[in-house]
Amino acid sequence: MPDDNGPKKATLIVFSGTMDKVMGALIVATTAAAMGMEVTMFFTFWGLSALKKGGIADCERNWMQKMLGWMLPKKAADLPLSQLHMAGMGAGMMKKIMEQQNMQSLEELLETAIDLDVRMIACQTSMSAMGICREELLDNIEVAGAATYVGEAQDGAFNLFIS
Amino acid sequence: MADETLDCTGLSCPMPIVKLAQTTKSMEAGETITVTADDPGFEPDVQAWVDAQGHELKSLEEEGGVFTAVIELK
Repeated sequence: MPDDNGPKKATLIVFSGTMDKVMGALIVATTAAAMGMEVTMFFTFWGLSALKKGGIADCERNWMQKMLGWMLPKKAADLPLSQLHMAGMGAGMMKKIMEQQNMQSLEELLETAIDLDVRMIACQTSMSAMGICREELLDNIEVAGAATYVGEAQDGAFNLFIS
Repeated sequence: MADETLDCTGLSCPMPIVKLAQTTKSMEAGETITVTADDPGFEPDVQAWVDAQGHELKSLEEEGGVFTAVIELK
């Protein structure tokens, strides 16, 4: 049940696996946490790539799941830009500009979010669909289902879907 | 009572507000924090942060593109 006295809640579904969109989600999430809100980020489908720590783990998967694992980004730093990616050149230039502007990188924003106790959840069902196993994801995240997200979203002062 | 100062010059959104939240976490009501930042969005952002947290913005000044905010924690 909503608690009128507790901190306000914010929830974000991160469906996109592109650098700029995940960064936008993380900037809102870290700001909300800094403003005293209880924040939950639910990563699903392409968004799961942002939580990968790099490398391919040896876990049970069929050939199609393995193929997906090979084709998808292996870690947050490898996410493409949603526009003007230009085979990596666009993303490289964007990272350079952001560095010049003293902006945090996607990886740094992820660390900041975890440091601010933003609850990071990887969607169990889409992990299977995307051929991702737990060992490939960062350590301090939870694996759960949609009901966990909806449970939090019921009390959400705002709920965003980042596609 | 331990008043704090925080230098956020050179940092872009959302980091000044994030650092402000992290630094004030260990502070107590009645204490004051003086924060400087040159992110152009800092002026409305610090006001929004203070309002959301229920603190008091004692002063907010700008000189040469650098904002200095004095906040009393409630």
